[in-house]
Amino acid sequence: MSEDILTVGPAPRHPQPSGTGPLLDVRDLQVTFARRGQRPVYAVDEVSFDIRPGEHVGLVGESGSGKSVTSLAIMRLLPKRGVRAAGEVLLDGEDLLRAPESRLRNLRGREIAMIFQDPMTSLNPVVTIGVQITEILRRHRDLDKGEARDRAVELLDKVGIPDGRRRLKEYPHQLSGGMRQRALIAMALACEPRLLIADEPTTALDVTIQAQILELLKELVADTGTALIMITHDLGVIAGLCDKVHVMYSGRVVESAGRRPLFADPRHPYTGGLLASVPRLDSPRGKPLEPIPGSPTDTIPWSEGCAFAPRCANRVEECTGTTPRLDDAGDRLLRCFNPLTPAGEDRVTAR
Amino acid sequence: MTVFVPSDLDSGPGANPSPDVDEAPGTSLWKGAWHRLRRNPVAILGAVLVLAFVLVAILAPLLAPYAPAATQWADEVTPSGVPGPSDEHLLGLDRYGSDLFTQLIYGARQSLIVGVISTGIGLSAGAVLGVLAGGLGGKVDLVVMRLVDIMLSIPSLLLAVSVAAVLGQNRYAVMIAIGAAQVPIFARLLRGSMLSQARSDYVLAASALGLRRRTIVMGHVLPNSMGPTIVQATLNLATAIIEVAALSYLGLGESDPAVAEWGRMLVAAQDRFSGSPQLALWPGFAIAVTALGFTLLGEALREALDPKQRR
Repeated sequence: MSEDILTVGPAPRHPQPSGTGPLLDVRDLQVTFARRGQRPVYAVDEVSFDIRPGEHVGLVGESGSGKSVTSLAIMRLLPKRGVRAAGEVLLDGEDLLRAPESRLRNLRGREIAMIFQDPMTSLNPVVTIGVQITEILRRHRDLDKGEARDRAVELLDKVGIPDGRRRLKEYPHQLSGGMRQRALIAMALACEPRLLIADEPTTALDVTIQAQILELLKELVADTGTALIMITHDLGVIAGLCDKVHVMYSGRVVESAGRRPLFADPRHPYTGGLLASVPRLDSPRGKPLEPIPGSPTDTIPWSEGCAFAPRCANRVEECTGTTPRLDDAGDRLLRCFNPLTPAGEDRVTAR
Repeated sequence: MTVFVPSDLDSGPGANPSPDVDEAPGTSLWKGAWHRLRRNPVAILGAVLVLAFVLVAILAPLLAPYAPAATQWADEVTPSGVPGPSDEHLLGLDRYGSDLFTQLIYGARQSLIVGVISTGIGLSAGAVLGVLAGGLGGKVDLVVMRLVDIMLSIPSLLLAVSVAAVLGQNRYAVMIAIGAAQVPIFARLLRGSMLSQARSDYVLAASALGLRRRTIVMGHVLPNSMGPTIVQATLNLATAIIEVAALSYLGLGESDPAVAEWGRMLVAAQDRFSGSPQLALWPGFAIAVTALGFTLLGEALREALDPKQRR
């Protein structure tokens, strides 16, 4: 729990000394999509978390749970029309949601960078890799063409792309998917940002490549002391990488815990369901995976109860009438009326 | 050879793909288009016609049997008729006593120069407006596009006629007039494709890296939006060549009678049509074939670049 949780009112303008306060502090983030003639959709609501320098935090959830919207809201890259982001996103105490656009352009790529899901479409097809990497260095680091090129070769080498000098002259279509994701990682880490947001960076890749890319990311952020927000639907990715995990469902955090307590002892039925659907080496042969019944669209608005209730095996009457709150449950924050029984006793996820 | 179109910003030693790298065909937009173009008979026909036209225009002094404005056979033209084909004159003489074949060849040169320059004018002015509208958006977009709407509401030939009438009779007026008529077409097209590119992932990724809007618009969005514009430029060359002839026909074209020009050859042929129809048929044929060549090539290029039309 951070010490400055009681700070209210306008955000302090001066940057806090690093090492003490959180690097990024997201408070009560709410993102609404307005629809013509319809009630607005709350894509993200009541999301609060913080990240200390060098810390790795996971945001987990199925498609549509609001993880990507959260990350785009932090970067303030959501479309302006029809989207409203409320709350606070404090980077060193500076509220990104209220900072001028020019300030954000200076911060993006230099202090916060982002890696996207699809390396096939995230690189410009008609511009060489070299230009795409060097233009970031020249933008944020004031390097001249030659210096930027040398640095780009170094970066490519660091992300495991050999023969960088030749690769710089190539176009994205000449690189494989894994290579492209490596190039995108090189671009994101070019200016050694203090925070990296990785939005499902391995989803579009082959399984074998996924492991390599994750390993690479892990090494690089450890080397540079970069804090990492890992967004994924794959708890396996989180297990090897993150210190803290926030499980999101339908736009809200339903369980927030350290990695160990969360994996050893999931309390929210949704977290339990996610864990049960991950294949494990130590599970008996032939034992089928247990999917969570229903789909993320089988939901009720949070204002009318728990959005997960229609799919939940632990549902009690309260779940469909009262909105659950994110409460302190000892070693974690939990938003549930009838959580799973703690470890030691038999876990029941589905009947 | 590569059909890649680099932007102005990143041309330089690094802009060309290295030849020693093996490239999978059809993976990039332009490479795929090139492969599809080569297999399309329509494209080949269009390219052959265009190439023939361009070669004739460039090599006119070598191909033409006589000097362009030579009228030393004027006394062979009688009020009753114009001499037809003979050993000396492949297509006969024109009504002023010049060699028709020579006139036709030099006319190609005039059409090419005026067509290319006027399309160039239209393309550059249209591109500036399109980039302003598509890149800046907001009020600039609104103002520019209303301007373009007004220009589009006037038929292009009428617009060209008015501009030519205001600027007077010379070749530059013709170029500007025809170019002006093309400006709104290019502006609207480029704005549209830039807007659709602006929503793509690589633009979001570039924004996430803090690149300046100018860099994103000029270095990323614009090069990706050029495809449809290049297709349109090819098609507009056909229109431009017809319009050059049309303006000349209306007496608003090139004023120097020594310069051979297909449109004016048609005018001159008018009152001799019953006796010597070849005077009108040959320039008319030349205009039609050239325009057809550019149209076929443009349509084939459009098909090759459109991922939805791949067959």
